[in-house]
Amino acid sequence: MKQLLIKGGRVIDPARSYDQTADVLITDGIVEKVDPALKTPTGAEEIDAAGLVVTPGLIDIHVHLRDPGQEYKEDIPSGARAAAAGGFTTVAAMANTDPVGDDPSMIGYVRRKASGAAARVYPIGALTRGLEGKEMAELGRMKLAGAAAFSDDGRPVKSGMMMRNALHYASGIGTVVIAHEEDPYLSAGGMMHEGTVSSVLGLRGIPSAAEEAMISRDLLILKITGGRLHIAHVSSAGSVEMLRRAKAEGLNVTAEVTPHHLLLTERLVKNSGYNTNTKVNPPLRTENDRQALWAGLLDGTIDAIASDHAPHHPDDKDVEYDFAPCGIAGLETTLHLLLDELSSGRVKDFSLPLLVEKLTSAPARVLDLPGGTLEEGSPGDVTIIDPDREFIIDPEKWYSKSRNTPFAGKHLKGAPVYTIVGGEVTMKEGVVAEREFQG
Amino acid sequence: MQTLRRKDILGLEEISAEEITLILETSRSMREIMQRKIKKVPTLRGRSVLNLFYEPSTRTKASFELAQKYMSSDSVSVAGSSSSLVKGETLKDTVRNVEIMGIECVIMRHPVSGSSHYLAQNVEAAIINAGDGMHEHPTQGLLDMFTIWEKKGRLEELKVTIVGDIRHSRVARSNLWGLQKMGSEVVVSGPPTLMPPDLDVFGVKYYTDLEEAVEGADVVMALRLQQERQESGLFPSMREYAELYGVIPQKMARAKEDALIMHPGPMNRGIEISSELADGPRSVVLEQAASGVAVRMALLYLLLGGTKEQ
Repeated sequence: MKQLLIKGGRVIDPARSYDQTADVLITDGIVEKVDPALKTPTGAEEIDAAGLVVTPGLIDIHVHLRDPGQEYKEDIPSGARAAAAGGFTTVAAMANTDPVGDDPSMIGYVRRKASGAAARVYPIGALTRGLEGKEMAELGRMKLAGAAAFSDDGRPVKSGMMMRNALHYASGIGTVVIAHEEDPYLSAGGMMHEGTVSSVLGLRGIPSAAEEAMISRDLLILKITGGRLHIAHVSSAGSVEMLRRAKAEGLNVTAEVTPHHLLLTERLVKNSGYNTNTKVNPPLRTENDRQALWAGLLDGTIDAIASDHAPHHPDDKDVEYDFAPCGIAGLETTLHLLLDELSSGRVKDFSLPLLVEKLTSAPARVLDLPGGTLEEGSPGDVTIIDPDREFIIDPEKWYSKSRNTPFAGKHLKGAPVYTIVGGEVTMKEGVVAEREFQG
Repeated sequence: MQTLRRKDILGLEEISAEEITLILETSRSMREIMQRKIKKVPTLRGRSVLNLFYEPSTRTKASFELAQKYMSSDSVSVAGSSSSLVKGETLKDTVRNVEIMGIECVIMRHPVSGSSHYLAQNVEAAIINAGDGMHEHPTQGLLDMFTIWEKKGRLEELKVTIVGDIRHSRVARSNLWGLQKMGSEVVVSGPPTLMPPDLDVFGVKYYTDLEEAVEGADVVMALRLQQERQESGLFPSMREYAELYGVIPQKMARAKEDALIMHPGPMNRGIEISSELADGPRSVVLEQAASGVAVRMALLYLLLGGTKEQ
């Protein structure tokens, strides 16, 4: 019997509205008990969490691990180490790999390669074969092979009929469809948000309407089909408003937002002198959009925070703006950035329990994943946070193979100090343990 | 000796009116050199310049090269199609390899907006942006301003109407910033689909009606219209464009009688400008080309002149 006792921390477990000083006992990888003043069982490992915050292991439901096919950017083990370093115990990996994750064998590949990795990796299967938006992939067989959800993320589903059929069919196998919402005709050639800054910089714009038109379409389709729709990386005020109304109408829709859309705007493209690390899809939008995303996050319109971790090799980004691929690597900065935003007090009504919810119970609920709570019998996944820890974002020290972040050099307050998966410490004080994990 | 206190010329948005004035005044001295029988001064002897053109260019490239020759600098010109870009070399590697050979200044034209910023961040050589994507073409803006200044004797309180594809035009952006800094009023005209989104950010007035736009104009500048804009569905046909937005005598009635007619070239005669106006007495199209050499001499002088020796 292997036991770990985490003593004396402020335990925040949003799924049960639990927030008090307590001890957490994990036995053989499962949460056995959460209670103030537990006795340390004989032979148990102990972590002193006094003055620290103890939460369910963080879950990131939107990452790209580039494996197979682009392992020079990231692979499953490096992505899992990056997750551990960033305080995440669980990630869900998108299917836009090479070959595409559109087949049960690919789902099996990811699961096998992830066994023993520093984080739990749930594969998301492609919604359509080859992400081409033409033929439905074998959702049922992939689900049986362990796919957690389905998405053509990275590409929109152009055809309304394809989306209708996929949503309808997926409802039959009880799985969520994750939509990357972008009208490719409206966004064609776009490099950044369409507006004053794109006009000044002479960069082709991606209007908010490109996202909003597709969300609008898919919400209308959802009314016909039923099933569950999750909107990836919501970026505009109009999208938030549509989702708010859809939820009020009772539609079965959820949504996520990224830290970069919560923290940055189009201005940075200019102020950074066309730094390609600001190039991301959907693009960084306006201050008004940013405020609306916060409002949506706070009132529950937006369910979860997800990094959309999109690692690229430094060479890929060290080119002219048009030639750089889109994406920001976020696994090793997401929690830090949001803790800092919280401690700064810049966002009214933002609280630590809310932040923890958006990174644990909410994403677990969106994808129906185990975990996201410290309820007895749950997986023994825990993140321990020091909200006062000073931290500087230095991509050179990342576990990810990538370095692409517009936040490099930022001084922050707040960092994870332990990541624990199934009762095993995967990260301690920023250092990821170099060994095989049981998971 | 006055020099510009900046390493690069990337755009007119970030250049002050004082700097523009200095450049224009220096251009006037350079113009005088060009009018000499022997057009050569030793000012930049022993200095090395690279002309790096990733897009076709006639006027800009010729005038930069002539400016370098008149100033006695040593220069090399590399065209994108013959460079190692086609062998997969990155822009940064290309320029760093040439820089180590002793290049102190790079003149670059590139199809991607912001590429001159990118280069400036990555090499020590002075960068002069000879046109980056749809962003800016600062030396064109300066030569246009110089041409107007020479003809009108001032830039302040002039009304300049720019007609055509503002949205995709780096020439327009440079002129919008530069002219307004120098006190001109700038208005634009053209189909809405060829205006940049949120045009207000440039602080100019927009008229869909060309005749209204040229009301009281001291200068009317037509921009080149590219066939591909029609192909991408931004307007129905070249002939409809010519009818609605072509700069033709019949539409110029409300402009000032002595309004200058300008075009950055290359012209599509009969589309955005009629030959009658392009070749007429009010046209300064050829003067623009000549100004290009003077302005580029001035910039080379102000960026490179004496700085290393001092």
